[in-house]
Amino acid sequence: MSLFRLCEWLANTSGSIALHESRYVFLVVLTVHVLTLAVFAGTAVMIDLRLLGVAMMRVPASEVIGRLLPWSGAGLLVMMTSGALLFYAAPLARYENVFFRMKMAALALALLNVWLFQRTVYRRVGEWDADAVPPGAVRVAGGLSLLLWAFIITTGRMMAYQDYWFN
Amino acid sequence: MLLELCRWVQYSPPLVAMRGSPILFPIVATIHLMGLAVVGGSVLLVDLRLLGLGLRRQPVAVLARDADRWLFRGLVVMVSTGILLFMCFATKYYYLTFFWVKMAALCAVIAFTVSVRRRIIMGHEGGVSAASGRLVALVSLALWTTVALGGRYIGFP
Repeated sequence: MSLFRLCEWLANTSGSIALHESRYVFLVVLTVHVLTLAVFAGTAVMIDLRLLGVAMMRVPASEVIGRLLPWSGAGLLVMMTSGALLFYAAPLARYENVFFRMKMAALALALLNVWLFQRTVYRRVGEWDADAVPPGAVRVAGGLSLLLWAFIITTGRMMAYQDYWFN
Repeated sequence: MLLELCRWVQYSPPLVAMRGSPILFPIVATIHLMGLAVVGGSVLLVDLRLLGLGLRRQPVAVLARDADRWLFRGLVVMVSTGILLFMCFATKYYYLTFFWVKMAALCAVIAFTVSVRRRIIMGHEGGVSAASGRLVALVSLALWTTVALGGRYIGFP
């Protein structure tokens, strides 16, 4: 089954129609999705700023990551759940949305960046944990992460303009 | 009087141009959201610490000195982009109760942050979080949540 067919099938399920036609539930989910940004991206940005060596320079990097990542992860879970519901409410519109596609691609890259960071330079965190400004590879990971989340926020916001610009 | 001013701002040539542009408003709105991430992160850093969560091994005062610098930067971004967004549809916001709730909560939380919250942070001993610290964190988080909710609400069509 193609992705398009899958979205078409999803759009015709009763849950999707109910969510699409709901007066308040959809807006509540949308509000949760946007406001959780402050928790998820907020803590992620603070971690990235530490990796770049521009914030909390006297706090060991492993402590910043160890204490803030659970909050970021919990925020991400809420973002993904509410995001999945927003997708479910209008699968075909999302599927056709250029900005949605860019956002999902960037999300995959951002998560890949986190995974690579954990698998490589973070393995040797003991060597640079107390450095005010961490080594180049760490700063690249932090900077890349900031850029990708900024891009994800941008494309997420731009999804509202698909019709306005292209249809 | 205020309504007159809103109307004048909204229909002044630069704001008419901004409304007419298909790209300017979305970009300013996006930068406003990026500011939310920075403000959210720096507020949480200190408030979680006051609640005995997050970076709880760090002295609050040291953490706050750093976090408040980022809070200020985030606020500069949010307020300046927020003013632009407001000016685009000033007369619409003038009539929205939630806009005034948001502004009142914003003024309240800024006043609270630079007075009560700052005093508690500077007097905080670190280690076990005092009840006053927890209360300050809860008030701060409640006010910021009101600001954010107001922001989302006034954006609905």
